[in-house]
Amino acid sequence: MSWNWEVFCKSTLEEDFSPVCFGTGGEITYLDWMLSAWGWTLSVSALGLFVAMILGVLMGTLRTLPPDNLLTRGLALLGTVWVELFRNIPVLVQIFLWYHVIPALFPVMKGFPSFVLVSLALGFFTSARIAEQVRAGIGSLPRGQRYAALAVGLTTTQSYRYVILPMALRIVIPPLTSESMNIIKNSSVAFAVSVAELTLFAMQAQEETSKGIEIYLGVTALYVVSALSVNRVMAFIESRTRVPGFIAAASSGGH
Amino acid sequence: MNIDLSFYSWELIRSYVLSGFIFSIQLTVIATVGGIFFGTLLALMRLSGNKWLEIPAATYVNTMRSIPLVMVILWFFLLMPAILGKPIGAELSAIITFVAFEAAFFCEIMRSGIQSIPRGQIHAGQAMGMTYSQNMRLIILPQAFRNMIPVLLTQTIILFQDTSLVYAIGAYDMLKGFEVAGKNFGRPIETYLAAAVIYFLICFSLSRLVRVLQQRVAIIR
Repeated sequence: MSWNWEVFCKSTLEEDFSPVCFGTGGEITYLDWMLSAWGWTLSVSALGLFVAMILGVLMGTLRTLPPDNLLTRGLALLGTVWVELFRNIPVLVQIFLWYHVIPALFPVMKGFPSFVLVSLALGFFTSARIAEQVRAGIGSLPRGQRYAALAVGLTTTQSYRYVILPMALRIVIPPLTSESMNIIKNSSVAFAVSVAELTLFAMQAQEETSKGIEIYLGVTALYVVSALSVNRVMAFIESRTRVPGFIAAASSGGH
Repeated sequence: MNIDLSFYSWELIRSYVLSGFIFSIQLTVIATVGGIFFGTLLALMRLSGNKWLEIPAATYVNTMRSIPLVMVILWFFLLMPAILGKPIGAELSAIITFVAFEAAFFCEIMRSGIQSIPRGQIHAGQAMGMTYSQNMRLIILPQAFRNMIPVLLTQTIILFQDTSLVYAIGAYDMLKGFEVAGKNFGRPIETYLAAAVIYFLICFSLSRLVRVLQQRVAIIR
């Protein structure tokens, strides 16, 4: 078997090769296409992660509310239902729901590009997992912290705002790192609704060029590079936000 | 828009969904059993203390864990015919892929299971004159396995959800069955909803079961 890396310099339209591997004058090479697909993968993941972080922290926090009154119980129940709903449906099915079903139920969303719908789907899916990590993080705090906050006269909202969340959000950074890496991997599912990301590029370019191994190696390398970069960025954030002397164990799992 | 479920019939379910459902379950069971078997072997390699076993196993596990499952499915579908020398179907390719992929995840679970066994157990086994394989087979693995049952089952639920990704190579699983039915009857909304409900019911009840098991199987020390 021989390698043929020149496939990346090949024009997607004609049977010729670009000497610099980038297309000129409106023509694009497979390398151009792959880099733009990488851009889509990163954009979908970034937007999805943004949605997932906001909803995940919110829902995870709601699940830990003390059962003081009907409102807090209702909100805690909302958090539980949310997590169970989005955790127990496969991500591919969720993407189909966002793409085919939700626009039919809410006509406002008919004009949304599939890129946005897929990001929302990934964001909601991941939010359930982040919510679990946040809940575990809050649960791992010594109970005295909550009592101390109440004892100095803070309301429940204030105790979360000033005491519980600043600690809990730091504790959950390691599991959030793996969720951030997971969302890049899960974004590959967007191929199913024709978002022009890396996996769709891999499938289409493999068919067109029949140089599957080279194409797949390129795509796989970009996925690994993306995940590693996220890992480094999160490690940097973790080192900058660490609470001196506070060590808490947090676990993670899944794909 | 109105949802019309009247087109569902036993006939439709039997002809479109049932074979896909059976394949999804088959894939889940084979990948779980095969994945735990090879995952345990990988875990033993990673803990063997021999770098010729450790490094290949660690490389394999970390590679599998850093690539999206869809890409792994595509890779195997591309390479399998070249390795076996003859074309294979999407379903068989999916089964091989899932066993190989899940082995990496089960390896990490079994590894932490084995490490959770107190050192004294290993030493006691050795003191009784047991060989490495007797010690593993009779003392360590049964306890590690029991401790890890809830985690292994949780991984199986994730695995079951992930079987829907065989969509990438066109294997006929439950989701595909619903999708084809939706296309043929012109009712994609109802069929995607039904697929979501069924996946939810299966995964939700299994995760409840895991929670009950978790309290039952814990070894009290």
